Amino acid sequence: MISREFLINGVLALLLLAVPFIASAVGQPFTITLATRIAILALAATGLNIALGLGGLVSFGHAAFFGVGGYVAGILSSHAFSGDPMIFGFEGSKQMLLIWLTAAIVAGLLGLLIGVISLRTSGVYFIMITLAFAQMVYYFAISWPAYGGEDGLSIVVRNQFPGVNTMRPLTFFGVAYGALIVGLGLFAMIRDSRFGAALQAVRQNEVRVASVGISPLPIRLTAFVLSAMMTALAGCLYADLNRFVSPSMLSWHMSGELIVLIILGGTGRLFGPVAGAMLYVVIESALGGITERWQFFLGLILLATVLFARGGVIGLLAGKARHG
Amino acid sequence: MTFSLVLEQLLNGVQLGVMLFLMAAGLTLIFGVMGLINLAHGSLYMVGAFACAVVAAATGSFWLGLAASLAFAAAAGALMEVVVIRRLYGRDHLDQVLATFALILIFSEGTRWVFGSFPLYLDIPQLLQGAVPLPGGTAYPLYRLAIIVTGGLVAIGLTLLISRTRLGMRIRAGESDREMIAALGVDIRTLYTLVFALGSALAGLAGAMVGALQSVQVGMGEPILILAFVVIVIGGIGSIKGALIGALLVGVVDTMGRFLLPQIVGLFMSSAQAGPVGGAIASMLIYLLMAAILAIKPRGLFPAQA
Repeated sequence: MISREFLINGVLALLLLAVPFIASAVGQPFTITLATRIAILALAATGLNIALGLGGLVSFGHAAFFGVGGYVAGILSSHAFSGDPMIFGFEGSKQMLLIWLTAAIVAGLLGLLIGVISLRTSGVYFIMITLAFAQMVYYFAISWPAYGGEDGLSIVVRNQFPGVNTMRPLTFFGVAYGALIVGLGLFAMIRDSRFGAALQAVRQNEVRVASVGISPLPIRLTAFVLSAMMTALAGCLYADLNRFVSPSMLSWHMSGELIVLIILGGTGRLFGPVAGAMLYVVIESALGGITERWQFFLGLILLATVLFARGGVIGLLAGKARHG
Repeated sequence: MTFSLVLEQLLNGVQLGVMLFLMAAGLTLIFGVMGLINLAHGSLYMVGAFACAVVAAATGSFWLGLAASLAFAAAAGALMEVVVIRRLYGRDHLDQVLATFALILIFSEGTRWVFGSFPLYLDIPQLLQGAVPLPGGTAYPLYRLAIIVTGGLVAIGLTLLISRTRLGMRIRAGESDREMIAALGVDIRTLYTLVFALGSALAGLAGAMVGALQSVQVGMGEPILILAFVVIVIGGIGSIKGALIGALLVGVVDTMGRFLLPQIVGLFMSSAQAGPVGGAIASMLIYLLMAAILAIKPRGLFPAQA
């Protein structure tokens, strides 16, 4: 039997796919940008969902990975554009696939470093330490002048994806949407794998997992690194969408927003980040059209969600999750 | 680089440390007693600064402003506790983070709504203008010294409050066993509100005092909030002593790092490059310090008994 959640997921996926084409047909190009933003933010939050939803690791520092992805895209692209070689005579690149690979490696290494130290702790300590490390990266980006410092870095021409013209909004949406679907597929694969089972078991009861001979730390660390890599990939796309990367991508508000997306949608759900990103971007653009102070109302909505609607959107639509 | 310059920077570091202590003491007290992580603590700092600036501008007296900052921050904190925070004690930390993150959005945008985006300014009171000569020939602003003294007095007062008074006894009892103290007939809900208001008042005081050094604006609480997190992580969450030592450590290391590192780096490379490189390393220094301390002691320097 097809579950209600599966049905809702399908509807959400098709809805997100259909909106830009309809928007393009009726001549609303800005809506395509909004849909692309939704897809990218959803991908970033799906990355975080590996650590937070499956592993119960409340990382308040994922903006570091998101921003690092953005900076990798910006830096490689700017070197390719200007022709100045980087270190080791590497010339930079404007190929998205190469940029993504680089970003995933860089963010993975950063995630490994942050994870090794942060995962020694748990609970509130973990939240604060991930936050502090993200701030460290943020302040580094601000005070390092080579790549724009506080002003950020422009990407003059959007990076290239083999075979298509990414400067066309609809095509770029296709790339972002494709990345999101692949990301969701990876999330589902991880969730249903032996590794995923161990990860979720560690979240539910660390002592029992340890007592059957599985060491929790390597499992958590792997999840944290995978999570960092996926969020960084979304960061590359986000930089390409805006054709601009700045320290604000690294700020702690960004980390907060990523968590908000997951909670609005529903923690640990496959499509939670998608539903959350849709709701967030729609709230932002709808309220933003009415009042300059939309964040005030976003705060109220968020507060109400946390206090009264704990399952998020998917929880409201599909009923309680089967597992706690 | 003279002795007096180093001394001046050292005092600046202690002054920053004292400010951080006022923030961190509230955070760590609230975590220790209620088990709650409050991101909106920085908003209370901002409330204190705005209250001080507005009252001082209306009455012409910094001292009334300072009193107002304590009163307003405590009231805002008590209100926050009764309306929102009270529902979060039983929840996991993720819910607490999100709800208090939402409170930050509400407080920041609300303040911007009322006061606009332009910063307010607060003058240093007449009594504390001027400077004190330092050994070595330079002078140090009296106001900054006054902040250091105030922070020291608060630290002593807080220690006495917690170790010597009935309220402090209840706070300590609440930390170690909240069910038992409630069963013994202590009104735990009022106690929680009181502790929250006390922490808020300290944050408001810090905001008001810093407001006279910098400008009073929306978002001013966020950088110092994150530094305060670093402080309590280093000091050990729940420990007032840890908060004090962590705060002084962070304040001094951060200030001295920004002062010394560009000069140290300058020994190895040209001065044009040394500034930015040294500055970039200095901006990361306290986080590296935190990482190093956690690598050795994952629960901080003075872990409170769990």
